[in-house]
Amino acid sequence: MDFSGILIYMRGEIALIAAIVIAFLYDLVAGKGARKYFNPLMCILMAGCIAACLVSFPRESGDVFGGMFTYVPVHSIVKSILAIGTLIVFLQADTWLRRDDTEFKRGEFYVLTLSTLLGMYFMVSAGHFLMFFIGMELASVPMACLVAFDKYRHNSAEAGAKFILCALFASGLMLYGISFLYGTCGTLYFEDMASRLDGSALQILALVFFFSGLGFKISLVPFHLWTADTYQGAPTAVTSYLSVVSKGSAAFVLMAVLVKVFAPMVEQWQMILYVVIILSITVANLFAIRQQNLKRFLAFSSISQAGYIMLAVISGTSFGMTSLIYYVLVYLAANLAAFGVISAVEQNSGGKVNMSDYNGLYKTNPKLAVVMTLALFSLAGIPPFAGFFSKFFIFASAFEEGFHVLVFIALINTIVSLYYYILVVKAMFITPNDSPVAAFRSDCSTRISLVLCLAGILLLGIVSSVYDGINLFSFGL
Amino acid sequence: MIPMEFYLIVSTIMMFVGIYGFLTRRNLLAMLISVELILNSVDINFAVFNRFLFPEQLEGFFFSLFAIGISAAETAVAIAIIINIYRNMKNIQVKNLRDLKW
Repeated sequence: MDFSGILIYMRGEIALIAAIVIAFLYDLVAGKGARKYFNPLMCILMAGCIAACLVSFPRESGDVFGGMFTYVPVHSIVKSILAIGTLIVFLQADTWLRRDDTEFKRGEFYVLTLSTLLGMYFMVSAGHFLMFFIGMELASVPMACLVAFDKYRHNSAEAGAKFILCALFASGLMLYGISFLYGTCGTLYFEDMASRLDGSALQILALVFFFSGLGFKISLVPFHLWTADTYQGAPTAVTSYLSVVSKGSAAFVLMAVLVKVFAPMVEQWQMILYVVIILSITVANLFAIRQQNLKRFLAFSSISQAGYIMLAVISGTSFGMTSLIYYVLVYLAANLAAFGVISAVEQNSGGKVNMSDYNGLYKTNPKLAVVMTLALFSLAGIPPFAGFFSKFFIFASAFEEGFHVLVFIALINTIVSLYYYILVVKAMFITPNDSPVAAFRSDCSTRISLVLCLAGILLLGIVSSVYDGINLFSFGL
Repeated sequence: MIPMEFYLIVSTIMMFVGIYGFLTRRNLLAMLISVELILNSVDINFAVFNRFLFPEQLEGFFFSLFAIGISAAETAVAIAIIINIYRNMKNIQVKNLRDLKW
């Protein structure tokens, strides 16, 4: 047997497993003095994982474990984007993890987060439905533990229960779909299945079940009901991880599976997506307008962003793939910046997350207010920032494939979304407040993460080599 | 030998009883049991398809083995969270989980 493929194609996974083992052992043996350096250590390990994914990655595709684990060059890019998101979340989580009630379990936070990331890696690279399913569960079971991480807070437990029950239900539905795919095709390998699908009624049923299972993970509209509750109740660091890394990986996987496996049923899934996109964007935008809690507000904003991402999926071309990955990268920078500000304010003001608490933030904390504003502008897609370019590519990819009405509806919704993003900006800059959040100085790691996100927001759109680099490898899926 | 359709009828009934239970039960543990019914119906499906349609290979059996293992792990986490809720609120009725809404 030849094991060299494992070392070549699974570098990201091996680096991640090493990081998990190191985090576990460090948590076990490190004394009080050494635990101070836990966060820097984890950040360095994450940087190592990014490097393992990205530095001179193999330029040809291949597979390991008899085709169960496949590799194409674009996986390296997706995996490193996910790792960058995790690194930024680790930087932002430090203030929260230093608190007395979470200090003793910070090791658990790192191990659980990295386990979910490992699950996403396997899900991204799966070439067989069993590998896909195991990856998806590895991504969602530790995630439930993370959501319920603040054991003594009511909201956290409630959010955890809502998350795990919905995740179980969704994976049950998805498995039911997969079982019918197996019954009609006789195989579970992605490549063999693509040639045996013929679009019979049973397979359409299977497709719908499968899609609703993944729809839960990406929180598209008919399946979005857990999202807002979970986002609000979970610790802020976990919320930002859930909204960016988990969603980004699931969106990529959905596109890969639909294009690769369900290629013979393209008419059916495009019809499903058409309805789901319109619903996601519109309903989420309408609900976002009335939110007062900022975490809840960003939850609905992220549902509508997921709808935009689906515009790239519906196109089904390699241009769509490029714009999807680019969109996820830009969305990562903007959303993590917004969550970074929320987390900093929450930690330094005794848990204030309502929009009215942000009234007059510019007077006391001008820098944070500006970062938040730029992040929201990027999410809304205002021209000089990266969000505009990513939205443009997404719309262009769907428009090229002839979904003109759909793109038009999405465009109208961007204007609606601009309204509610500006509401937050108005609260920070214009609305007068006698007792705004007191001025504070956030700690070093939060500032580093915000600078990274800000650089992403400002530069990703202008430095075109990023887009070209992704475009170079997003062929063949 | 019992024809394949009979097994599929059983698994379909289990699936939809599970969905019905998930939507109507008002106790977290009962909801969890309903979800387990859904997951078990899938295991039956895989085993039956493998035995009747593709007896020369073992893919379906292995899938059900893994699915059983993973659903056990999920249930363990879910019960841990439910116990945590019980500690916080002293009961596990869904109607008490209403801090987060709208």
